Amino acid sequence: MKTLIRDAGHLVRVALVFVAGLVLFLVVRGVLVPKSFGQYGHYRGDALNEIAARPIKYAGRDACADCHPDVVEVKNKGRHARLGCEACHGPLAGHVADSSAVQPVLPDTAVLCVRCHEANASKPAKFPQVNSKEHSMGMACGSCHKAHSPAMDSGGGK
Amino acid sequence: MSMTRRDLLGQSVRYLLLTGAAATAWDYLKAGDAEAAPNYKTTDHWWSMLLDVTVCIGCGNCVRACALENDVPDGYFRTWVERYHVGDWQLEHPLVDSPNGAKDGFPDNRPPGGKNFFVPKLCNHCTDSPCVQVCPVGATFDAPDGVVLVDSKYCLGCRYCVQACPYGCRFIHPQKQTAEKCTLCYHRITKGLTTACCETCPTGARQLADLKNPKDPIHEFLRTHSVQILKPHMATGAKVFYNGLDGSVR
Repeated sequence: MKTLIRDAGHLVRVALVFVAGLVLFLVVRGVLVPKSFGQYGHYRGDALNEIAARPIKYAGRDACADCHPDVVEVKNKGRHARLGCEACHGPLAGHVADSSAVQPVLPDTAVLCVRCHEANASKPAKFPQVNSKEHSMGMACGSCHKAHSPAMDSGGGK
Repeated sequence: MSMTRRDLLGQSVRYLLLTGAAATAWDYLKAGDAEAAPNYKTTDHWWSMLLDVTVCIGCGNCVRACALENDVPDGYFRTWVERYHVGDWQLEHPLVDSPNGAKDGFPDNRPPGGKNFFVPKLCNHCTDSPCVQVCPVGATFDAPDGVVLVDSKYCLGCRYCVQACPYGCRFIHPQKQTAEKCTLCYHRITKGLTTACCETCPTGARQLADLKNPKDPIHEFLRTHSVQILKPHMATGAKVFYNGLDGSVR
């Protein structure tokens, strides 16, 4: 019994070293692990907001309709009703933010139209397709069809 | 990180009394906001996408829009379009190509005969994602709204997830050297917009869908059409649904 009490100092010292190690581990862990880690799961919760905060480049068709309702009305009556504006005009969030700083470029119909409408065996048979060389003999698509309402009898418009 | 002696002592005591995770939870309890994104509640959504193979024309609008919207480097793809050709009975060996991911469309033509069709592909935002399961550091994760995302600040670039994805949807960004993939345009859908690919798809072959929104037309579509997911035998719980998918598609 006497020996145990005399040697208890060793045990206390081991226990102190262990506690000190635990404290050091918890403090280092507390500083190194980001605060939001584990907020929703085993990942950094702040990452969600960081990814959500990235800037957009395509404004969306609703933004276009705010300023150009006349064009959208013509489009929505024609065969291209389901087509988004930026599908042809490109990303224009900058134009929506400041219409003078970013000006959309008028797309070249000779390149643009054939991307969708050039005949291809892999396209669904129902989709309107032409062999552009035979169809127009080099004429620009825009000389007969109006892009916003492409049917021949659609009576002009833009 | 600047810290006064008082802060350090206070934090040390807190971490002593509580474990790290409990301390973090306590912080958020105190602040009173579990949802930091304004006007967007992650738990109100469960995002998915509907791809209609029967109307895809392979124009490549989605691939170009994705690259512009997300600054995807040339030669890498977060979404791409494949062209399938199945001659006759050889469902196991279809001819598949995707020149430059269909960024320039498909200018050439397949020889006539057999089945020809386009299949757009992207991250399937699996419910039980293999990529999330293998990530050693918690850099890729299932967001509470069903989108699989990558925390590029936490990613080590170890490439485990690239190998784990059964759909080949991930790549290592050549400059950042971290894993990248489709985010389902998380920066757009949290603002009430649709994804860049859906915005520019001319035929409606791609439609963003919210499975938690009872008014979303996808519910009616799923009830009335023969819809498939890719590699159902992998039990990934993929949330990208394909209408009119041929059995040869892998």
